[in-house]
Amino acid sequence: MLVHSRGGRRAVWALFALLFLPLFALPLLVLVAASFAGHWSGALPSGPTLDHYDAAVRGESLRALTASLATAAAASALALTAGTWAALSAHALGRRARRVMDLLFMLPVAVPSVVAGLALLVAFSKPPVLLNGTRWIVILAHTVLVTAFAHQSVTAALGRLDPAYEQAAASLGARPWYVLWRVRLPLLLPSLGAAAGLCFALSMGELSATMMLYPPDWLPLPVLVFGATDRGSPFTGSALAVVLMGTTLLVLLALSRIRTKASYR
Amino acid sequence: MGIRFEDVTVAYGRTTVLDSFDLTVEPGEVMALLGPSGSGKTTALRAVAGFVTPARGRVWIDGRDVTKLPPYQRGIGMVVQSYALFPHMRVDKNVGFGLRAQGVPRAETAERVEQALALTGMGEFARRYPRELSGGQQQRVAIARALAVRPQVLLLDEPLSALDARLRSGMLAELARLHRELPDVSMLYVTHDQIEALTLADRIAVMDRARLRDVGTPQELYRRPRTEFTASFVGNANLLPVTVGRDGGVRFAEHDLQAPTGDAAPGAEATLCVRPHAVGLGDGPNPLPGTVTGIQWRGATHRLLVETAGHRLMADVGELRDPPAPGDTVTVHFAPDDAVLLPAGTGGDDRDG
Repeated sequence: MLVHSRGGRRAVWALFALLFLPLFALPLLVLVAASFAGHWSGALPSGPTLDHYDAAVRGESLRALTASLATAAAASALALTAGTWAALSAHALGRRARRVMDLLFMLPVAVPSVVAGLALLVAFSKPPVLLNGTRWIVILAHTVLVTAFAHQSVTAALGRLDPAYEQAAASLGARPWYVLWRVRLPLLLPSLGAAAGLCFALSMGELSATMMLYPPDWLPLPVLVFGATDRGSPFTGSALAVVLMGTTLLVLLALSRIRTKASYR
Repeated sequence: MGIRFEDVTVAYGRTTVLDSFDLTVEPGEVMALLGPSGSGKTTALRAVAGFVTPARGRVWIDGRDVTKLPPYQRGIGMVVQSYALFPHMRVDKNVGFGLRAQGVPRAETAERVEQALALTGMGEFARRYPRELSGGQQQRVAIARALAVRPQVLLLDEPLSALDARLRSGMLAELARLHRELPDVSMLYVTHDQIEALTLADRIAVMDRARLRDVGTPQELYRRPRTEFTASFVGNANLLPVTVGRDGGVRFAEHDLQAPTGDAAPGAEATLCVRPHAVGLGDGPNPLPGTVTGIQWRGATHRLLVETAGHRLMADVGELRDPPAPGDTVTVHFAPDDAVLLPAGTGGDDRDG
C-alpha cells in the first residue's frame, strides 16, 4: 500500500472525494435529478415526474436509441476487425512500419471530429460511392473515429503476448492461420473485449461528426439529446441522456462479464 | 541421419551469434549443447526449429534440407523453459494440438493423446487447465505435447531450468527413461548446466562465444578435455601453467611433476588440468606444499583451497574428521594419470576453475 498511516489514508480519501465529487459525480447527479424534475427554479428541482422518461422510451426516442445501439455495434465490430487486422499486420512488419501505421490510424482522432465528418461527407456525396443520405455514412464515420482505439489496444496486447506460444504451435505443425485462429486470437480475447467496450462507448456518445452526416431516418440518440436541450427542453434532454448512459453501461457490463470468462490467467 | 548443421552462421545486424557451426546429431542420439549464456546454443536450436534464418549454411533434419522451410513443415517437437502451454486449453487439448492442426482423424488423435499422456505419467490430469498444474507437471505436459506429433527430432531448450533442484533430478531420470523408450528420436538438449549434460547426453557439444569449441562423449570431455575452456566448463578444474620438460614430466613453478606429456615438445608452454576430486591431502605422488586459504564443508566432502607457488588449487577430499584451518601449511598431491596436459591458451580468456 502506498500510504501507511491511518491519518494519511484519510487525507487521501478526502482529497479523492474533493476532486471526484464535483468533477464526476455532481454533474451526473444533477443530470439524473433534472430528468425527474417538473420545474427547477430554486436551488433544488421540484415537481417530480416520470413524464420525461415516458417520452424517452417510445416513438422517436426509442428509434433513436435503436439507431445508436445498431450504429455502435456495427462500428465497434468493423473497427475491431480492421484494427486487429492492422495490428497483426504491423506486428509482422518492422518497427518503422508499425509507427507509420499508428500515426495513420490516429489521424482521424487528431482532427476535430466535425472535420472528419465533413471530409467523409465530401468524399461520399458523389458516385461511384454515394453514401450521403444513408445510415451507412454514419456507421462509416463512427468506424473511422474509433478504429484508432481498437488498433492501439490490440497493438499493446500483441506486444505483451509471449512469442513462445505461437512458436510452440508452429513447431507442432500448425500453419500460420491455424495458429492465429486457435492460439493468438483466443489469447488476445480479453484485450479484444476491452477494445470492443471502449469502441462501443465512444460510438454511443459521438455527436459532432454525426451532426454533419445523419440522414432523417437514422437519428442517433446524442443528436436527439442535443436537439432537446437546444430547443429549450433540458428535462427531456436529461432523461434521454440518462437512458443513453444506462444503456451504454448495461452493454459495457455485459462485455466485461464475457471478458472475465475469457481471461484464463 | 538425425540433425546436421553445415557451416551455419546466424547474425543479428552486425553481431554474429552463431559462427560457422558444424555438428551432426545421429538418429536416436541425445546431443547436449552446453555453454554459458550468449554462447549461441539456443540460436543453434532455433535454427533447427526454423525461428531464425541462417545467413549462411544449411540445416538438415532426417536427410532433408530444411533451411528454407517454415517451422510447421519441419516435423519437430519442441519443449521450452517456460513450457508455453496454451493457457486456454485443457491438458488433453494442449497435447492434441499438433495432431488436430495436422488434420489427424479425431479417433486417432484421442488415442495418441492418451498414449502421450500415459508416457509422461500425466493421464489423470487430462481434464485440467495448465494453471491448475505444478511446474513439474506442466513440463511433463509440454513434453507429452511435443511427443504426440511423433517427431523425428525433439528440441529441448533449457527444459528444466524453471524447476527446483529436487524436481530437476527427478525429471532428468524421466527424460533418460523417455529416451530409452523412444530409441529412434534424436534429441538436441540446450543447457548451461553441466550436470544435466553429463547425466543425459550421449555426446556433448561445448559452445562458447558463438562457436563450437569441443564435441565428445561426457567421459571424453571430462577425463580428457582438449581445451582449457572445456576443462573448466565441463566439471571443475585446476589449471596450472607449466613448461614441458625433457624427460617426460612438466615443470610447475619450482616443482618437477610427473604427468603424461604425449607428443608435446620439450620447453613448450602448456596447461596442466587436474580435477579437484583427484587432488589428495598429504604426501603422495607429485607432492605440492602450500598454505590453506579457505575450507568449505559440503557434507560428504571438504573443499580445500590451497595456495601453492602463487596459484590456488582446489582439492575435494572426503569429509575430514580433523580439517586443517586457514593458514595451516599442508601438502597436496595427485596421481600422474589423473592429470591432462592441454596446449596453452586454448581457453580464449582467463578462466580458472
